[in-house]
Amino acid sequence: MAENSEPIVRIRNLSKAYRRGTQVIPVLTGINFDIARGEFVALMGPSGSGKSTLLNLIAGIDSADQGSIQVADVEITSLGESDLARWRAGSVGFIFQFYNLIPVLTAFENVELPLLLTHLDRRERREHVEAVLNVVGLADRMDHYPAQLSGGQQQRVAIARAIVTDPEILVADEPTGDLDRASAEEILQLMDRLVQAFGKTVIMVTHDPRAAEKAHIIRHLEKGELSVT
Amino acid sequence: MFLLKYILRNLFRHRLRSVLTVVGIAVAVLAFGLLRTLVGLWYSGAEHASDTRLVTRNSISLVFPLPISYLERIRGVPGVTTVSYGSWFGAYYKEPKNFFANYAIEPKGYMELYPEFTLSPQEKNDFLLDRKGCIVGQRLAKTYGWKVGDLITLKGTIYPGQWEFVLRGIYHGREKATEERILLFHWDYLNEAMRQTVPRRADQVGYFIVGVKKPELASEVALAIDSLFKNSLAETLTETEKAFHMGFVSMTEAIMIAIQIVSYMVIAIIMVVAANTMAMTARERIGEYATLKTLGFKGWHLAGLIFGESVIISFLGGLLGVAATFPAASWIETELAQFFPYFSVSGETLLLELLAALSVGVVSGIFPTWRGATIRIADGLKRIG
Repeated sequence: MAENSEPIVRIRNLSKAYRRGTQVIPVLTGINFDIARGEFVALMGPSGSGKSTLLNLIAGIDSADQGSIQVADVEITSLGESDLARWRAGSVGFIFQFYNLIPVLTAFENVELPLLLTHLDRRERREHVEAVLNVVGLADRMDHYPAQLSGGQQQRVAIARAIVTDPEILVADEPTGDLDRASAEEILQLMDRLVQAFGKTVIMVTHDPRAAEKAHIIRHLEKGELSVT
Repeated sequence: MFLLKYILRNLFRHRLRSVLTVVGIAVAVLAFGLLRTLVGLWYSGAEHASDTRLVTRNSISLVFPLPISYLERIRGVPGVTTVSYGSWFGAYYKEPKNFFANYAIEPKGYMELYPEFTLSPQEKNDFLLDRKGCIVGQRLAKTYGWKVGDLITLKGTIYPGQWEFVLRGIYHGREKATEERILLFHWDYLNEAMRQTVPRRADQVGYFIVGVKKPELASEVALAIDSLFKNSLAETLTETEKAFHMGFVSMTEAIMIAIQIVSYMVIAIIMVVAANTMAMTARERIGEYATLKTLGFKGWHLAGLIFGESVIISFLGGLLGVAATFPAASWIETELAQFFPYFSVSGETLLLELLAALSVGVVSGIFPTWRGATIRIADGLKRIG
């Protein structure tokens, strides 16, 4: 835990609304929120409360209507499309509910994907990929395709892909939502290890109270507003 | 390199769909090539016509004859080297379906004027000496299994009755475009029979073939010939062999234009089908594209993926279509020889086939590429699960 350290994520007056035809539906209203470096934060709340939207905004895959989001001193709301893509590639690791692996690529190739956008040569990329596959315990499955892996193993590959570029933050949207209890527990332990052993900052959206228990801080979103647990 | 690997693996993701798309494009490209070749062949007779040969016929219509007495007057026109003549005979062999071109001709002048019909000296001599003799092109001889010395009986239509000929020679075309499905026999043989059976049809020819010294004299000689017979009972129309052929071709020009339109329509249809397939493929993979964008890949990376796949599928279809063109052309040349003296696909047509396939790939890839490259990440990710 790093409760008193400088925040890596600083959110101020963040608002976001969706438009359906002429109707404006507010999702987030005046959110103020800091996340310290090395923290494991869980965002909880009922469906439609805006937790995934908040996660997407922090990760730079959606744009805010108003407010500021600073991640490691980078004001991401002012970045253009291209700069945002470059920032995401280097600063954010993504873990999705359905793993989002590319089915025609092997575990190794899936993990290698983010490194293709760096200046690393082939040998360096191989070293990085093998190292993170070792961390998630799948070094012996690197030539397997996603369809040849269990759900838990696929999520571990996705985690390896998320950490291979050594990003500032990891964002996880319901990372255990598609897994059985045993696999979910493995994934949560792995995420906890990333925080404890590697000092990663993890922001996780979840419906599952057991998953949220692993986090240092749980934040509840209700009708677009945050509360602290 | 990664993009190429990814594209190639995507190609085999839905094997049946990819194979059907490739085959569809191949068939369209093949049809385009064959139809284009067909149109080209239709005009090839005119294109290969000699520019030192003129055709003199009745100015009213080709079906009206000219008196043989015109021969010497035409021969006397300055610039004329050789004159021969002939009549369309229009008979068939055994059954009406065995129809081919057959003409009654004056053989000596004809052989001089048509050096592209090559015969051995022996065969040529035998033909010239035998009034009942005939010669045929090697394709025609091959079709009916005729050999030199065979007795061939044709059933007349314009000139009724059974007509017997002795095959004295089998000519070979000097060029590929030379028609080798013709039977030629002595006009004298026909005229003699007419004198005996229908005297009013005797001493008449369908046309004169006039050789001129050089191409530049063609129009001058044509005018001179026609002026000779102005205000006579059978006025003439003299034109170059090319113009004469084009007269026939122009009668069917509307059909040829229709065939050309069909060839382009075939490509347009496959373009729409391929575009639909690519749009379907891109729609299915929109979640993957959103994931790639999330990881930091940019629109142009995705454009390369989708566009590359579209172009590679179309190019494979094009290659298959081009490869299939050769056996298809060979089959047409063999099986439909009565319609096409030869059926060779030009290099230009093969190139156009490939270009057509590529254009299918480019056009069908535009919309899916735009859609995939501009997808909002959050929207794309919602499609997963």
